[in-house]
Amino acid sequence: MTEKKIRVLVAKPGLDGHDRGAKVVARALRDAGMEVIYTGLRQTPEMIAEAALQEDVDVVGLSILSGAHMALAPRILELLKANGQDKVCVFIGGIIPDEDMPRLKEMGITGIYGPGASTEDIIKDVREAVK
Amino acid sequence: MMSLTKSVLEGNRLALARLLTQVENNSPDGRSALVELFPYTGKSHLIGVTGAPGTGKSSLVNQLALLYRKSHEKKVAIVAVDPSSPFTGGAVLGDRVRMRDLSGDSGVFIRSMASRGSLGGIAQATAAIAQVFDAAGYEIIIIETVGAGQSEVDIARLAHTTLVVEAPGFGDDIQAIKAGILEIADVLVINKADRPGVENTERALRTTLELAHPTTRVFRHHGQAMTVAGPVTDPNLWIPPINKTVATEGKGIAELAESIARHAEHLRQSGDWTARDRARLGSEMEALLQETLMTRFFENIQQEKYEQVMQKVLNRDLSPYEAVKSLLNDHKANL
Repeated sequence: MTEKKIRVLVAKPGLDGHDRGAKVVARALRDAGMEVIYTGLRQTPEMIAEAALQEDVDVVGLSILSGAHMALAPRILELLKANGQDKVCVFIGGIIPDEDMPRLKEMGITGIYGPGASTEDIIKDVREAVK
Repeated sequence: MMSLTKSVLEGNRLALARLLTQVENNSPDGRSALVELFPYTGKSHLIGVTGAPGTGKSSLVNQLALLYRKSHEKKVAIVAVDPSSPFTGGAVLGDRVRMRDLSGDSGVFIRSMASRGSLGGIAQATAAIAQVFDAAGYEIIIIETVGAGQSEVDIARLAHTTLVVEAPGFGDDIQAIKAGILEIADVLVINKADRPGVENTERALRTTLELAHPTTRVFRHHGQAMTVAGPVTDPNLWIPPINKTVATEGKGIAELAESIARHAEHLRQSGDWTARDRARLGSEMEALLQETLMTRFFENIQQEKYEQVMQKVLNRDLSPYEAVKSLLNDHKANL
């Protein structure tokens, strides 16, 4: 059996068009030996859940800089669960105010990364979450 | 039958996705599933799409899939292969970005694969993945290869119909006559046909085709040069048509689907369909035989014995040929 690769979906939900962070993370995960399915901009929660299912990913990484995380995160978690993918870990990167973080963790978000987060930390946390 | 395989045959998409992973990783469950699913295969049309990076393969695949869904209502599977880093083993699989139009359609299934070290343009498990989609009822399976240069031609052994995608400005006449990727084309596509230079590209491709399959003769009659259609020596000969498209605008797609359909018809009528299936399954069997025999051999041999023989070869006491002969003789019974 070949060595199992970690498959990560990287998506930008909503209308925010700043994707440099998402691309930096995608490249970092690739350099860490993971297979990154990069779906790009303007993804709806339905499109993200559909891609996560078809690609049988281990992790979903959302890049949200628009402030809409409190609406998008629960919707995406709900869809993943409805599709039978509740084991998938969801990480969020972007602009998330401190006061929203506990609520997001409660909902089931595994990791939250603001500006200046290190890619090493993200890689470590993804590997840990998938074990 | 395993419950996972049963679910796949019943149309469960989560089961399908999970089985694809098992098959891609060559797990024992994956191998068992392939055995169970094999009787259900043989119904799909495998269409390969290859060509240099940047020629618009993904956009073309997107448009073709849309057309097949709208006019034929057949289920479409898309396998999109992107290269793995030879250094880190990781990959960015970005072909889905161009296929947004297909989202929300439960008759479409898009799966991205990393090449994982294979150099021929597709991954080692791509053929097996296609078998799973075939058994699961996806009658059209479009396989988009790694953006290929000249020698990534493995797709030709897997697909029934191989599309080679070119674009204007990607090379001159000499490029067009080099061996390799053009030889595997069943249909030639000039995408981005709204760009300058499209006539030159078309001319270069036609010249290549002419050199391979001359169909006209020029001769002098009463002092005038005349062209005459040459004898078509072999009615079974398929000359790849050239289709011009602008994928991002949906132009030329219906005509392309026409060419693909004509090719499928040609394959069926000429008996080539079964011949290609035979060739494909034959390669698969050979690869499996090789792998199985090697595994069995190394399971049965003692490491020290192998090392001893290896040392003799290093000392130039034994040639590699003699070494293999002696190892095989010692273990004839066990294989």
